[in-house]
Amino acid sequence: MKFLRNLLDQAEPHFVGDGKLKRFFALYEVLDTFLYTPGEVTSGASHVRDGMDLKRMMITVAVALTPCIMMAMWNTGYQANLAMEAMGIAEKTGWRGWVIGLLGFGYDPGNLLANVLHGALYFIPVYLACNIAGGICEVTFAMIRGHEVNEGFLVTGLLIPLTLPPGIPLWQVVVGTAFGVVVGKEIFGGTGRNFLNPALTARAFLYFAYPAEISGDAVWTALDGFTGATALGLAASDGMAPVLAGMTWWQAFLGNIQGSMGETSVLACILGAVLLIASGVGSWRIMASVTAGALATAGVLYGLGSESNPMFQMAPHWHLVVGGFAFGTVFMATDPVSAAFTNTGKIYYGLLVGFMTILIRVINPAFPEGIMLAILFGNVFAPLIDYWVVKANIQRRERRYA
Amino acid sequence: MEHYLSLFLKAVFVENLALAFFLGMCTFLAVSKKVETATGLGIAVVVVQTISIPLNNLIYQYLLKDGALAWAGFPGVDLSFLGLISYIGVIAAMVQILEMTLDKFVPALYNALGIFLPLITVNCAILGGSLFMVERDYNFSESVVFGFGSGFGWAIAIMALAGIREKLKYSDIPEGLRGLGATFIIVGLMAMAFMAFSGIQL
Repeated sequence: MKFLRNLLDQAEPHFVGDGKLKRFFALYEVLDTFLYTPGEVTSGASHVRDGMDLKRMMITVAVALTPCIMMAMWNTGYQANLAMEAMGIAEKTGWRGWVIGLLGFGYDPGNLLANVLHGALYFIPVYLACNIAGGICEVTFAMIRGHEVNEGFLVTGLLIPLTLPPGIPLWQVVVGTAFGVVVGKEIFGGTGRNFLNPALTARAFLYFAYPAEISGDAVWTALDGFTGATALGLAASDGMAPVLAGMTWWQAFLGNIQGSMGETSVLACILGAVLLIASGVGSWRIMASVTAGALATAGVLYGLGSESNPMFQMAPHWHLVVGGFAFGTVFMATDPVSAAFTNTGKIYYGLLVGFMTILIRVINPAFPEGIMLAILFGNVFAPLIDYWVVKANIQRRERRYA
Repeated sequence: MEHYLSLFLKAVFVENLALAFFLGMCTFLAVSKKVETATGLGIAVVVVQTISIPLNNLIYQYLLKDGALAWAGFPGVDLSFLGLISYIGVIAAMVQILEMTLDKFVPALYNALGIFLPLITVNCAILGGSLFMVERDYNFSESVVFGFGSGFGWAIAIMALAGIREKLKYSDIPEGLRGLGATFIIVGLMAMAFMAFSGIQL
C-alpha cells in the first residue's frame, strides 16, 4: 500500500499549482480520495466532528443497493431463461450466447448461477454504458469548472441502470445518463445543488423521448419476440384477474416478476431500507409517509370503485408490491438533496409523493407506473413545502414570545 | 357539482397555463425570485382571472356572439370580431382597479410587484384564459370555475418556481446561465414533472 501512496504523492506536483497537468487535477483527485481518506482538515471556527462525510454517505447507499443489484441480475436471467424454456429456444445467438456457451452454464431457469450469469450479461453492459457516459460528463465539468468530481455519481450511476428494462439500447442509456447528469445536476453546480433527482431526470427523459423501448409489453424480458406485461400494465388494461392468475402477492413481494431490472423485488428494497434507516442516511419519515400516502389514496380509490377503469380493482396492499413503488420510495424519494429538508416538510413531501403515485397509476391512463413522475413532482414542490414549514415555525415562535 | 370539480382540477393541473401551455412566461420568469412576491403576484392573477373571465363571458354571451344581440332586436348581428379588443379592455380596467386597491390597502405588495402589476394587463395567461373560455364555449358558472382554476394553477406554478429559485440561490450555476438562462431550464424540468398529469381524462 505504501507503494501506491508514494506513486500518488510523486504524481501530485504535476497536478497542483502550476504543474503541467493542472487541468486534469480533478482526475487525480478522484483517484486519490477514492483510495485514501483526504488529508484536509477544517480550518474555520466551526467544526463538525463526524466521520459521516459525503463519501461514506454515498458508499452506504451503494451498499444498500447491493441486494437490489443481486436481484436485478438473477431476475433478469431467470425471466429470460423461463421465456426461452416456454418458447422452446435452446440457446441464444450473439455475444451473450457465446459467453454463456464458453463458460458452460447453460440456460436452466432452475440453476441459480446460470440465471445470474445470463442477467449479468444484460445488467453489466447497461451499467458500464451509464457510468462511462456519466463519468465523462462529470469529469469534463469538473475539469472546466475547477471543482472536484463528486461521489454522488456513484449512486446515480447505480440507480439509472436499475430503473431501466434489460433490453434497452445502450446508446439510449448514454443519452439519458448524459441528460440526467448535465441538465439534472451539473448545470446547477454539481451534487447537492440540483433540485431534481438526476437519476429520475434521466429516466423521465428516456421515458418521454423513446417510449417504445421503455414501456409496453415486449421490453421487460431479455429475449426478442417475447411479450410479458408488468403487473401494472396488465391491471391497467384488464383488471386484477389476469394479474392474480399470473402471480401471487408473495411472488410480487420477492420479485421474480416482469419489470425494470432492479425494481421488482420489494424484499431487496426493504433490506436496503433497513441499512439506510439504521445508518441515518435515508429518512424514515419520507419512507413511512410515502407508504402511508399511497396506502390511504389506494384505499380510498379501492373503496370507491369504478365500472370503466379496471385499475380501481387493485387493492392497497398490491399497490405496494408491484411496479417500482418500493424502489422509488427507498432510494429515490429519500434523496437528501431533492427531498424536503425540514422534518415536518419531509412528512408532507412523502404524503404528496405517495398520493401522486397512486393517482397517476389509477386515474391517468397514459402512464401505467406513477412513482417516477410522482417523485419528480414532489421534488418540484419540496422547496415550497420547506418554505412554508420554516415560515410556520417562525410564526409559532413569534406568538410564543410576543 | 362533479362536473365543476373536474373542470377545476383540469384547469389547475392538466391544463396548467404556465407549465402545460407556457402562457404568461414574462412575469412567470421575472417575478419568481422570491416566494413572497411570487405569492402576491399569484394571488393578483387569481383575482384578475376570476373576475375578468366571467365578465368577458357575459360580454361574449350577450353582446358579441353570433345572434347574441337578439334580445336588443338585432338577431342577425355577429360582433365576435370585436372580441379581442373587448377582452383586453375588460382586463385593463380590472387590473387598474386592482392596482388602485392594492396601492390603498396593501402598499407593501404594491411596491413589491412594481411594474409587473400593470403588466398583468398584457399577460398572455390572462388573455389566454378569456380566449380558452370563448373557444370551449363555457357558460357563466363554468367560466367562474375555469377562471379561478386557471389562475390558481398559474399561482401554484409560480410559487413552486420561486421556491426552487430561492433554494438554488446557494447553487453554483455557470456564469453564462445565471439568471434567466437557468430559470428557463428549471421551468422546462418542472414542465417535465407536470407531465404526470398529461393524459388524464376528466
